[in-house]
Amino acid sequence: MLWSCLHFPDLSLQLLLRASPADQALVVHGGGNRPQILSCNPSARSTGIAAGMSLSAAIALCPDLQARPRDAGAEHRALGRIAGWAGQFTPVVSIDAPDAVLLEIEGSLALFGGLPAMQLRLSQDLAELGYAAAIATAPTPGAARLLARAGISRAVTKSAQLPDVLHDLPLTLLAQPEDTLRALALMGVRSVGACLDLPREGVARRFGQGLLDELDRALGRLPDPRTPYCPPAHYRARLPLPAPVHETGPLLFAAQRLIVELSGHLRARGSGLTRLKLILQHEERAPTIVQIGFSSPTRDPQRIARLLRERLARVELPERVEAIQFDSEETRPLASRNLSLFPEEMLPDEERSSIVDHLRARLGEDAVHGIACRDDHRPEQAWRACEPGAAQPAATRARRPLWLLDPPRRLRERDDSPQLEGPLVLHGGPERIEGGWWDGGDVARDYFVASDAQGRQLWIYRERQGQRGWYLQGVFG
Amino acid sequence: MSALDHVLQHPAVWRGSQYAKVTVESVPTGFAELDGLLPGGGWPRAALTELLIAQSGIGELRLLAPALARMSRQEKWLALVAPPYLPYAPAFDALGIDLSRLIVVESRSDAQTLWAAERCLRSGACSAVIAWPGAVAERALRRLQSAAEQGKSLGVLFSPLRCAAQPSPAPLRIQLACGRSRLTLHILKRRGGGWAAPLTLDVGFGQPLTATQTDITQENITQRNITVQRISAAPARSRRIRQGIA
Repeated sequence: MLWSCLHFPDLSLQLLLRASPADQALVVHGGGNRPQILSCNPSARSTGIAAGMSLSAAIALCPDLQARPRDAGAEHRALGRIAGWAGQFTPVVSIDAPDAVLLEIEGSLALFGGLPAMQLRLSQDLAELGYAAAIATAPTPGAARLLARAGISRAVTKSAQLPDVLHDLPLTLLAQPEDTLRALALMGVRSVGACLDLPREGVARRFGQGLLDELDRALGRLPDPRTPYCPPAHYRARLPLPAPVHETGPLLFAAQRLIVELSGHLRARGSGLTRLKLILQHEERAPTIVQIGFSSPTRDPQRIARLLRERLARVELPERVEAIQFDSEETRPLASRNLSLFPEEMLPDEERSSIVDHLRARLGEDAVHGIACRDDHRPEQAWRACEPGAAQPAATRARRPLWLLDPPRRLRERDDSPQLEGPLVLHGGPERIEGGWWDGGDVARDYFVASDAQGRQLWIYRERQGQRGWYLQGVFG
Repeated sequence: MSALDHVLQHPAVWRGSQYAKVTVESVPTGFAELDGLLPGGGWPRAALTELLIAQSGIGELRLLAPALARMSRQEKWLALVAPPYLPYAPAFDALGIDLSRLIVVESRSDAQTLWAAERCLRSGACSAVIAWPGAVAERALRRLQSAAEQGKSLGVLFSPLRCAAQPSPAPLRIQLACGRSRLTLHILKRRGGGWAAPLTLDVGFGQPLTATQTDITQENITQRNITVQRISAAPARSRRIRQGIA
């Protein structure tokens, strides 16, 4: 077993920072009557603000400070989403509350090219998500957790090294009650090594078995089972923006974070997205909802981002946006793809539908369609618009024009013969087409091929009922 | 004669009717006479082709049809961007074009047409993109040409005749005119240069109804009547109408 621990220091602050590229002074406070600063970003720190300060003092130091209360629920949900995203690296992911995620990676090392490559990949992908994490790897989850919490991004692969590696780590990293840690500190016991050197019976008697058990688990002397995290089938995420925005640029930046997360989530589940709902929450008005459909399942972050950009460009925002929310409305299984021996010859379905989606996002849903034949004698009924790629061939092969005018254009007449910028010369015909009494679209027409003065070949008909008028219905392009 | 041939084979001698042999990846047009005139022996792939027409409906799509039918065997789209009328599915099917490869993109403005055409060309997901953008500025044409190169896609633009005098980066430009069910092609520009005599092609206007592909004149009126009866056994009334026209 080899465990990697991703520890997110100042998670509450990171959740806000990841949503915006702007570098403005930002603090997270504890709320309540006299809110205290819990954490602050570097630009707030540069004005003299520090953790533990009261919020009013901080605002006195920096008047345009953005302050947000801590939201423990949001932190927990964010950890869940990170765990869901991490499911693409290993099937065994566990949440280590309040601010870490554990991954069992031994079985995945071969796929990701070894431990150093995998750690690099993890930290790069986390940066894309907008998180800064300390990543430590150790044979036990407890040791990985202690190393990551100490901020030591280190990989230890052998259990025998653990006592040495953990020896100098401070005891405050342990998940023990405050009282225990304070009492130990008063005794002059500050590091893991010093605690292990104490007689075990005495420690157990004074501080309970829990302290010894935690150390034993970290050293691999006791089993340390972890509850695997099971991500929900639907991805749903809300990302509050540190400052409300009205432009699409910052919205796209924030959405990009969620797209990467969503894509990892989908990859972990082996599924692809077919419909995505983006909810833009405003300060007062009802949220703006943007629906994005994909004609084939996808989890390609670039493709999702491209469609989103096109759609957002068309959306009119009634008010500033203070949070964005993603909802994977519909997903379908999507297997990984084999690489083709001849890349030129094969075009995967996904790329083929990607262009259709892109055009639709900009021009509208109805602007892109395929054409299919229908088994009907009436020319205007013998075709229909369909989803691209879903066409079916014709049953009959009569001579038909490549272009159709719908509705047909009424032609002027002179001496009972049709005119279109001059007299038309009839070539072939008539081909009589009658039918449609069964659905109310009754037609009775005689069709002719005609050519006009410019040499165009036209398909015209004369009605056999009513006014007996001439109509132009097709052009032989 | 043989002495003249000898001189003409000298590499430094170039005749006005010749064009330099260039190797460009191309799609056969399906018309041997036209293939002979085009460098690479067909429509140039990964490049823009400009077809200049006075108006739609003179057989310009039939000129492309054999190449389109061939390209619809690939797993890529054939995109029709902003066509002037509705593409009629049964006719496209009859020309051997696989309808499941065809996409129609409608646009509301010239800018949208150009954007969609460029997207389709650049995506690499379209084997051919046929667009009707109206008159296009040279800069936009240059973008389309580079998109076609990047996406390795055959781009065909239908432009109005008045654009013939304007410079264009498209490596192939052909002016189309029609005369009595035949299409006359005048190559304005091709890779390798050289002037080519106008070419007249029968693009198969009278496909299944070839028998009736004759002008209605007094000379062949008997033949016409026979055809008429064979096709639809129309009643006497409509025959009278036609004779009135003739």
